[in-house]
Amino acid sequence: MIVKEQVRTEMSADGAPRETFVINIGPQHPATHGVLRVKMTMDGEYVVRAEPVCGYIHRMQEKMGENRTYAQFLPNTSRIDYLSAMTYTHAFVGAVERAAKLQVPPRAEYIRVITSELNRISSHLVWWGAFLLDLGGFTPLLYAFDDREKILDLLEGITGSRLTYSYYRIGGLCNDVDDTFIKGTRAFVAQMRPRLKMYRGLVTDNIILRKRLIDIGPISKEMCRKYGATGPVIRGSGIPYDVRRVEPYSVYPEFDFIIPTFQEGDSMSRYLVRMEEMAQSLRIIEQALDKLPAGPVMAEKVPRVLKLPAGDYCYAVEAARGRFAVRIVSDNKEIPYRVKLRTPSLSNLSLFEEASAGMLLPDALALMGSLDLVIPDIDR
Amino acid sequence: MTSLSKTVSSLWPEPLRLVLFLVGILSFVGLNAAYLVWVERKGAGRFQRRPGPTEVGWAGLLQPIADAVKLLSKQLIVPAGADTTLFRVAPLLMMSPALMSLAVIPFGPSLAARNINVGLLMIFAFGSINVMAIMLGGWSSRNKYAIISAARVVSQNVAYEIPMLLVVITMIMVTGTMNLNEIVLQQAGAFWHWNFFKVWVNPLMPVTFLIFYICMLAETNRAPFDMTEAESELVAGAYTEYAGMGFGVFFMAEYANILLGCALATVLFLGGWQSPIGILPGVFWFLVKMYFLIFSVVWIRWTFPRTQFYGLLNLSWEILIPVSLCTLILSSAMMKLLHA
Amino acid sequence: MSTNGLQPKIDSAQPASPPAAPAVPPKAALTTGQQSTVTSHQTPVTSDQSSVTSQQPTAPNPPSPVPSPQSPIPNPLAHLSLPFHGVDYAAKGYHVEATVAPDQVVLAAELLDKEGLSLDTITGVDWMAEGQMEVVYDYFHPAKALRVVVRTRIPRDKAEIATIQKVFPGANWHERETHDFFGIRFLGHPNLTPFLLPEDADYHPLRKDFAQ
Repeated sequence: MIVKEQVRTEMSADGAPRETFVINIGPQHPATHGVLRVKMTMDGEYVVRAEPVCGYIHRMQEKMGENRTYAQFLPNTSRIDYLSAMTYTHAFVGAVERAAKLQVPPRAEYIRVITSELNRISSHLVWWGAFLLDLGGFTPLLYAFDDREKILDLLEGITGSRLTYSYYRIGGLCNDVDDTFIKGTRAFVAQMRPRLKMYRGLVTDNIILRKRLIDIGPISKEMCRKYGATGPVIRGSGIPYDVRRVEPYSVYPEFDFIIPTFQEGDSMSRYLVRMEEMAQSLRIIEQALDKLPAGPVMAEKVPRVLKLPAGDYCYAVEAARGRFAVRIVSDNKEIPYRVKLRTPSLSNLSLFEEASAGMLLPDALALMGSLDLVIPDIDR
Repeated sequence: MTSLSKTVSSLWPEPLRLVLFLVGILSFVGLNAAYLVWVERKGAGRFQRRPGPTEVGWAGLLQPIADAVKLLSKQLIVPAGADTTLFRVAPLLMMSPALMSLAVIPFGPSLAARNINVGLLMIFAFGSINVMAIMLGGWSSRNKYAIISAARVVSQNVAYEIPMLLVVITMIMVTGTMNLNEIVLQQAGAFWHWNFFKVWVNPLMPVTFLIFYICMLAETNRAPFDMTEAESELVAGAYTEYAGMGFGVFFMAEYANILLGCALATVLFLGGWQSPIGILPGVFWFLVKMYFLIFSVVWIRWTFPRTQFYGLLNLSWEILIPVSLCTLILSSAMMKLLHA
Repeated sequence: MSTNGLQPKIDSAQPASPPAAPAVPPKAALTTGQQSTVTSHQTPVTSDQSSVTSQQPTAPNPPSPVPSPQSPIPNPLAHLSLPFHGVDYAAKGYHVEATVAPDQVVLAAELLDKEGLSLDTITGVDWMAEGQMEVVYDYFHPAKALRVVVRTRIPRDKAEIATIQKVFPGANWHERETHDFFGIRFLGHPNLTPFLLPEDADYHPLRKDFAQ
């Protein structure tokens, strides 16, 4: 029985009193992807107010950035968003290279693109499986992980790690790729395309899933802009913002790919954006493999003790979750003065409080799943 | 088997026969509840392209025993502030109606514990008790997740009892009796005599079966209608605070209810123990049909995501009830025409 | 393949970094309805890769010209009242920058909001040697390549500044985080409680004098 003092009588918008109670989703909960606590004030099944409480996995990465040299901070970048680790390392390494005016050889750039896109696919597969798990479909997770194992095996062959790769170095890569990787990646692309088609037929077109996602959790363009939401959230609301297209970096201008954008702004749009992005990543990988030039993978003169000139430098990439940007403030020492990590999940989650007011609990959780949060990304 | 029971019933008095049946049903339900877990886990594994339990015993067959030992060895915690009597009684309340209802199901030509004339009515009378059991379990746990789940259970089960009863009324009209033994005997012959195919009496008979099946899934709180224990939202729903064997009994009771539902579907629609080829009827056919239905229940669980709560209720109130009313009216019209 | 709304993306995507005119905003692809009429669902991308690429000419990547010191750096926000000036994007990573007084940050936010920019992040930098805290506001434009940085300096021992939360609601969390790390108080903020640090934290770790 609910103890009396926990039930509060509030005045609802139309003046009628209603009784609300507070329920905690998390921090240990099957639905929150990481340690996130959401304090939900509920009126029966309706969410009156959902307040995310973050900080359970706060590791103070930005302070660590002030205690280490640039090369020593590099492994930290993988641990911020472990599912999309390559792209995060890319941002940091890109910022340092931009500041130090290092010229990365083209072969390294192409390999960076290939590995980043493989990482993007594996991150989206995890999101897809976990999202469906939230909605009660237990089986697609295992199918997604089956595909993901193949990606992890490919990347393990060249980097040595399965999840938090520290593959990029300041100036290039730590080692080159071999034929096994290239052949394996082509084989993977060939077998992934029919799998994506199967997922569309089995899952995306399933009527129960469509009823759960269509028109659920609408996020308007204005809300995205005001909160700084990026990635599939903003692309699912009709704004085709993708850092790879708007602020191109690396060799992305060389590739021919579509930015999937949907107008409705509901959970189904965000879901479809990510499914399409996986197909587009496969296209980019194929084109990059076709165009992969020969040459060295490391820049020629990378100073052993790297000191960046004083000032601040930014670099942004399109990670799997949205726009990840690194801002390095340097005072001409080998240790950065300040490293600021702008993570996409924080901005994406900040609109949850406003977007979920008045929704039913299962719909609010479907909305949260469609935002694709990784909590260490928020807390750093 | 039939001659043995005949011998037994002719030589020995009635109470002994009842005790034998009691022991039989209890062990049948117990074994099934345990090994349906094994079927579910193996099935889930195979649908998810992995082997399922393989470690304990050959092909994991001793896994349910291991799980039972584990659950028995855990401490039975009653949360502080919970209503202890109701908390302890709720699992029992869920298990007993299933056990009692199985007393009237005819497993074989003379394998029904009690041949009651209103057997069907009795099953549905007892079936409503398990709604109360989950509600009491959730409410007495003093846990917000459990209470939300208890509230959901009541609305869901009330919504789905109505089309189920309408469908059963249709079947009673078609068969003319509530005695389950008689219903099975009416379906003698090859498979086209089964109630499922009697479309000249009720043109929507396959739809009727489908409605019964969906309502059975919803009444037993199986996916895709498992809002009450929606894991990703409410942890374990009404069962959150139950530990050890309390949870084990809820678990077993869920499988006992599935067993009862599938057995009832077999008797009402698929001919019970009648054989599809007209020869050698017996308990074997009953078991084959029942387990086929149970396998389909397991299959559906691992295939579909969960509906939203209002989607679930809308399905019942807006679709199933009108359709089952239609079948009722249609069957009565057809029967009037046939008799006229 | 049906091409309703599908523009060849590659032509409009020139890299924004060279100091030419600001990049043409990329046309939105697949702006049709989501379920059945979205082109990407209907395009046989999954089956025949070559047919797709052959329809879209791959533009060769133009080499990014190194800006000569004499060529002017464009300033798309020159018309605003605050002192925005253009910055070499290839060297720094942002396009426009302004250093404003602390009481002008809300005005800057409003001007940039009218221009259609979105809030990227808010952070601080502790210049202990100069006795000042720098508050840095990053903005980005969701349709074109335009990164704007607004900086301001406030005294370190009385670190207070107005909140821009009314203009950009997303600033709520960024300002809480900056307060957590630096102790900067944002006047007018509805809920300046610890965001990432524990609820009872009274220390500010990113200050340079934070004891180890």
